[in-house]
Amino acid sequence: MSATDVTRRRFTGQLDLEHGSVDLTHGSGGRAMAQLIDELFRRHLDNALLAQGNDQALFQPPPGRLAISTDGHVIAPLFFPGGDIGCLAVHGTVNDVAMSGARPLYLAAGFILEEGLPLADLARIVRSMAQAANEAGVAVVTGDTKVVERGKGDGCFITTTGVGVVPDGIDISGDRAVPGDAILVSGCLGDHGVAIMSRRENLGFETEIASDTAALHDLVAAMIAAVPEIHCLRDPTRGGLATTLNELALQSGVGMRIHEPAIPVRPEVAAACELLGLDPLYVANEGKLVAICPAERADTLLMAMRSHPKGRDAAIIGQVIEDPHRFVQMETAFGGSRIVDWLAGEQLPRIC
Amino acid sequence: MRYIDEFRDGALARRLAATIAAEVDPSRDYRLMEFCGGHTHAIFRYGVQDLMPPNLRFAHGPGCPVCVLPMARIDQAIAMAEQHGVTLCTYGDLMRVPASGRRTLLKAKADGADIRMIYSTQDALAIARTEAGRQVVLFAIGFETTTPPTAVALKQARAEGLRNFSVFCNHVLTPPALETILAASGNDGGDGDIGTVALDGILGPSHVSTIIGSRPYEFVPARFGTPVVIAGFEPLDVMQSALMLVRQINAGVARVENQYTRAVTRDGNARAQALMAETFGPRDRFEWRGLGHLPHSALRVADAYAEFDAEQRFPVATGNGREIRGCECPSVLRGLLEPTDCKLFGSVCTPENPMGACMVSSEGACAAYWSYGRLRHGRAGDAIRGDVDAAAGSNAEASP
Repeated sequence: MSATDVTRRRFTGQLDLEHGSVDLTHGSGGRAMAQLIDELFRRHLDNALLAQGNDQALFQPPPGRLAISTDGHVIAPLFFPGGDIGCLAVHGTVNDVAMSGARPLYLAAGFILEEGLPLADLARIVRSMAQAANEAGVAVVTGDTKVVERGKGDGCFITTTGVGVVPDGIDISGDRAVPGDAILVSGCLGDHGVAIMSRRENLGFETEIASDTAALHDLVAAMIAAVPEIHCLRDPTRGGLATTLNELALQSGVGMRIHEPAIPVRPEVAAACELLGLDPLYVANEGKLVAICPAERADTLLMAMRSHPKGRDAAIIGQVIEDPHRFVQMETAFGGSRIVDWLAGEQLPRIC
Repeated sequence: MRYIDEFRDGALARRLAATIAAEVDPSRDYRLMEFCGGHTHAIFRYGVQDLMPPNLRFAHGPGCPVCVLPMARIDQAIAMAEQHGVTLCTYGDLMRVPASGRRTLLKAKADGADIRMIYSTQDALAIARTEAGRQVVLFAIGFETTTPPTAVALKQARAEGLRNFSVFCNHVLTPPALETILAASGNDGGDGDIGTVALDGILGPSHVSTIIGSRPYEFVPARFGTPVVIAGFEPLDVMQSALMLVRQINAGVARVENQYTRAVTRDGNARAQALMAETFGPRDRFEWRGLGHLPHSALRVADAYAEFDAEQRFPVATGNGREIRGCECPSVLRGLLEPTDCKLFGSVCTPENPMGACMVSSEGACAAYWSYGRLRHGRAGDAIRGDVDAAAGSNAEASP
């Protein structure tokens, strides 16, 4: 609904975006909810499909296979160095769609707001979401808002669902890795997880580490333009690189061998992990991807990645090997070797 | 990373490995026990065993504070949180340690107990200051390394008159454990109560020794004739210490040597020792998971600080935590068995579903074997089963 629409509802007084806060009426379906939607969500996320004003967005799908993915976003704190839950909710789902090689088209967003959330915070989140969607060229075309009582939410939860279209001739899937393939990553690992943890626990590091949250579909487009025969793509979010490689090894029925010195990790992230007793291989990323492609195409793919701003620090980190046990092994910088295993539960800091 | 990478240099490691290989006597075996979980972790994480000659083996000692904490103490902590409604503050790696009835602190938290993960004793004090209406209990564990920070917290609490702060003290002492293991291994010439596989040398604690110094280990060569080298936690530290032990063994001498000279002195940190002496007193005996009840092997809150002793403020019944039948943690913690000798290893006991404490902490010998060493030690079939189970858990979301 555009600002000049004659059907625009009239409200007595504007939302108090400076001092106001979310209350239960904002989820009740009445006038207050309509005002919140009009003055915040529609205003910032404005696009033609959203302006249809229906309970669903109607569109003609373009030719090709459709990819769909959904992702619930819960994060504390809501705002962190390098981003916030708003842009994260766009990037996370755009990336999940893009890891099929798809060009993301549309997003749907469901908000669960906790009573008492400052409207200023909500406005900041929605603006960030709108900016991220704009930059990604992906419209938020339908949405939903619910309000839960104080204490029953963590400020704001956002679930986004994305739909995209896969270009003809592209066949990317987690079960396509074959022995001999090269394994690449698009950049330095662990930034997001360490940024969140340092803020959450008030660890007060001298260097502020920023989250790497970013939409990767344009990087993916550049990659498949250079090497259409990419076998696998996945973004190493929760559980980090180690978890993603184990997933792919299991799905493809192969083993993997990676080389520790080749894996890019920022010194400040490595230092923070050292201090906390964490392993950067298991720390979350929100703007990185893992790619697996035929070995003879690896250099071409690496060049395509490095010439894109989001793949500047890309590296070839290892090979897919035959292994009935489907182990991920690592040659350590020290000269030994070890298994890079599935994580058991959450990675917890060690006592000493 | 400065001061870190220097101790993980692959070229230096290869040179050290060549020296060790050249100096070991091929006609004998070298069985070295690394005392600390930190050593165990380094050995596995960096693949140090790969760089050793085949006749030099590491036995993994009991120096993982999480692993040796008996089940009954975790039961008590959970009871404090549930029966007295206290806010229990603890370090992260304690959260998953099995308690009785297949419970853990993590499960108790999910059931509604107020259990919070902290990074330092100061975090617990901060919670007590800001939440004056809550009784905050610091679940203090660890060897002499982590004891001084608890001592500082006790002093601060008293100075500030923080009446809602107390300490559930589980701090344990290193030398009695070492003595028990050496006697049990027959290092004193006796039969040993768990077998007669003597240990040829000890890689002594590193961080613990920054506090207590190297002097407290001098009874080891004197009574048992076993050499000790205080060893740092970086992989090059471990390798250099192994070389120093090989040289002592080859020369037929036994003394306490200090490889970790950048942090450890013979007398240790006098100020930290004074703090500990002021705030803690010895317990007559204390149970160690795997080692049993050892005399004078742990600390309690000193009488002068009794008002901050959670065991007095929030009394709970003390049961005997039942260990899992078939679990070989006791023998693994004594260095008698390798984790792969345990029937439960990898079949029902995995890091996802730990039965014994050695599988819980990444410093535990079983978890280290499982996570880093399965290729080397076989048991691949179990590994696959473990992987599939884990994958089934993590694939709940179709597109992570």
